[in-house]
Amino acid sequence: MNYCLYCHQFYSETWSWSALFGLKAEPLLCQSCTAKLELIRGDICRICGRPFSLFPEQYRQGDSCYDCIRWEEDEEWAGLLQQNRSLYVYNDFLKKVIAKMKYRGDAELIKAFYPLSRSKFKSITQNSLLVPIPLSKERQYERGFNQAEIFAKSLTGNVQPLLKRVTHEEKQSKKTRKDRMAKKNNPFIVIDEDGVKNKSILLIDDVYTTGSTLRYAAKVMKDAGADQVSSVTLAR
Amino acid sequence: MRFVSYFLNDRLIIAPEILVENPDLKPVPFGELPDIELRSLNYSFKYSEKLQQILYGKMLLLDELQFPLKTIQEHYENGFVMYNPGVKKAKYGWQCNRCGNVNDHLFASFSCFRCKSESCVYCRNCIMMGRVSVCMPLLSWTGPDMKDKSNHNLMWQGELSARQQIASDRFVEQVGKSGELLIWAVCGAGKTEVLFHGIEKALKMGFRVCIATPRTDVILELAPRLKEAFPNTIIASYYGGSEERETPAQLVLSTTHQLYRFKQAFNLMIVDEVDAFPYSYDKTLQHAVSTASNPDALRIYLSATPSRTMKKEVIQNKLPCVKIPIRFHGFPLPEPKMVWSGEWKKRLERGKLPPAFLRWIKSQAVSGRRAMIFVPSVSIIEKVTELIRGHVEVIVDFVHAEDSLRKEKVARFRQGDIMLLITTTILERGVTVPFLDVAILGADHEVFSENALVQMAGRAGRSKDDYNGQVLFFHYGKSLSMLSAIKHIRDMNKEAGF
Repeated sequence: MNYCLYCHQFYSETWSWSALFGLKAEPLLCQSCTAKLELIRGDICRICGRPFSLFPEQYRQGDSCYDCIRWEEDEEWAGLLQQNRSLYVYNDFLKKVIAKMKYRGDAELIKAFYPLSRSKFKSITQNSLLVPIPLSKERQYERGFNQAEIFAKSLTGNVQPLLKRVTHEEKQSKKTRKDRMAKKNNPFIVIDEDGVKNKSILLIDDVYTTGSTLRYAAKVMKDAGADQVSSVTLAR
Repeated sequence: MRFVSYFLNDRLIIAPEILVENPDLKPVPFGELPDIELRSLNYSFKYSEKLQQILYGKMLLLDELQFPLKTIQEHYENGFVMYNPGVKKAKYGWQCNRCGNVNDHLFASFSCFRCKSESCVYCRNCIMMGRVSVCMPLLSWTGPDMKDKSNHNLMWQGELSARQQIASDRFVEQVGKSGELLIWAVCGAGKTEVLFHGIEKALKMGFRVCIATPRTDVILELAPRLKEAFPNTIIASYYGGSEERETPAQLVLSTTHQLYRFKQAFNLMIVDEVDAFPYSYDKTLQHAVSTASNPDALRIYLSATPSRTMKKEVIQNKLPCVKIPIRFHGFPLPEPKMVWSGEWKKRLERGKLPPAFLRWIKSQAVSGRRAMIFVPSVSIIEKVTELIRGHVEVIVDFVHAEDSLRKEKVARFRQGDIMLLITTTILERGVTVPFLDVAILGADHEVFSENALVQMAGRAGRSKDDYNGQVLFFHYGKSLSMLSAIKHIRDMNKEAGF
C-alpha cells in the first residue's frame, strides 16, 4: 500500500509475477496518474528520441525528425549531440507534474520516476560519465535544488558535476525555439577539462524541448575534448 | 536559508547570514537556531506601511514578499516582524506551521541549496502555495494594528423574507460575541442576503471579516454582489490565481485553501457550504479556518445539508442553529418522485435506456424545459449521453470533473444552448438555472448520499417564475439515502408551514 506521489491518493500496487521478480518497474504513482503518462515506445527519431507516432508524417525523413535534420544541417551544431533518449512524452499531465516539481518546489516528485529510469537507462548509463545540466547559482538558490541532479541520482553510473552555468537567463520555458537558437553566448563552461577529455559523456536533464540547452552543453564538452556526447531526459 | 545568532544587550538576536559580515559567527539552517524571542517594539522605528498592509494577519514566506531582506530584518530587530518556524518537529514526526499538516507521508526532504543541509524537510500538503521547509521561516506582523477609517454602510436596499429576517437577526445579535452559529438554509433560501446585516455590524465594530468557501466560482459570483452592497469597504478576493492579494481589506473572500496564508486575521469567520468536500474531509482545511480566525472570533457556518455530526451537535444543544426552511420566493421545495426503472445498470450495459427513463426523456425533450441528469459514475456518462442523443432532437451534452470545457459547457447550459446536461455529483451544488428539471438515473447507487440527493433536488424550482420543477429518482429498489433525502425535504417544507 502506498500514497501516490502526485495526487496523494492511497493505492495498492497491481499484483503480477513480473513485478514480483522485479522485472517490471512502475512509477510510484496511483493507477489513474500512471495512466495519464505516455511511455515513449515504438519508432523514434534516431537523434532526439521523439516517437514518430506523435507528429505528422511530413516532418519525418528516414529515421530522423525534421527538427533534428535542421540541427544537423547547421555546421555549427552538426554531430554535437549523438543521441537523446527520454522516458516519457512531455504531455499535459507530465507538464503539470514537472511544473509542480520545479516551480512549486516539490523535489520529491521526481522520485516517482526512479524505478523506471533506473531500469530503462541502465544500458546507456553504465559506461558513460553522467553530467547533470546545472542551473545558474541564482536559479538554484531560488529553487533550492537542481532537478537534473536529483534525476541523475536515479541512474546507475558515475555522476560528475563537470558543468557550470554562468549567465542567469530567462527561464527557457518562456522562450520560443527561435529565441533559443539565437542565443549567442553559451551559458555553460566546463569546470574540469581533464575530466572530460576522451570521455563518453551523458548529459542529464529533466526535459528535452528544442534540444538547444543540451546542444550548448554538448558543445563545450566537445570543445574540451569529449569523445562523444549523448543525453538522457525524463520528458521529450 | 542559513542564519547566524548572537547576543546583543543580553538578548539573542538572529540574522540571515548574507546580512552579517562576521566570520566568527557560524551560520546554521533556520530550523537549528535556538528558540527565537519576539523583540520589544521600538516605537521610534519608522515602519513600512506597505509591509504592514501586506503582512498584517498573515504568515508569508520570504519569497512571497517583494521586500529586500534588509528591510525585513530591520523590522524584526525593531519588533515589527517575527520569524516563525515553517516546518518544525512535532511530538511524532513533523508539523507544517502554515497548513497544520502532520501526516508523515506528506513530508519529504531534499538536498537544499539554501541551507546546505542534505535533508531539508518540507511540507508537500501546501506545496502549491510555495515550499515551506525547516529552513524557511514564515513571517508575521507583530507591529501595530491597521487603522480602519472607512465608513462601512450597507447600501443594499432589498427586503428579507420573514424566515431570512429571523436568521439575519440571530446573526446580528451574535456579532461581537464569540462562539459558533449554524445557519441551516435550504437550497435557494437566499443566504447571501441573510449575511448582509451581520457583516455590516461587524465591519462597523472594526472587525475583519472573512467569507470562506470551497469553490472559486462562488467567490466570483459573490464578490460583485458584496462590492455593490458595501461600496465603501475594501473587499479582496483570494483564490488560486487571484490578483488582489496585497490589498489591506476589511472584508475578505477566500477559498478555504487560501486561508493557509492567514494567521489570526479575522474576528468574524463565515464558512460557506461547511459540509462540502474538501472542507469536511480535509483536516488541514479545518485547521486553516481556526488559524485564520482570532481565538475569540465568531464563526458562522452555512449549509443546506449539514453533516450528521453537526446535526447531532445541534440536537444536543452544543451548536446554536437557525433554520431557513423556505426558499426566498416563498414556495415549497419540489419533492422528489421515485420511479422504478428496473435493472438500469444491466440495461445500460446492453446499450439500452430503462423504459421509464426513456419515456420521461422523450417528453422532456419536447417540453422545452432544460434538465440536469445525474448519473452515478463518470465511466457511464458518455454512454448515457450517446443513448439519449439517439432518442431526442434537442442538444444533449455531458460534463464531468476533469472536463477541460467544464466552464463553457455549464455556461452554454445556462444560456439554453444545451438542453439536457448529463453530469455527476460535481454539479450537485452551485448551478442555478431557471426552467429546470432534475433526474437522477440510478438514484439507488451508493455514491448518492442523502445530502447529495438533497443538493441535486435543490437545483429545481429555484426561480420565482418557475418554482415547481420536477425531481425524479430513477431507481432499482429504494435506498435508505433516497428515503432520507425525501424525508429531509418534506420536513423542511413542513417546518416552513406547507
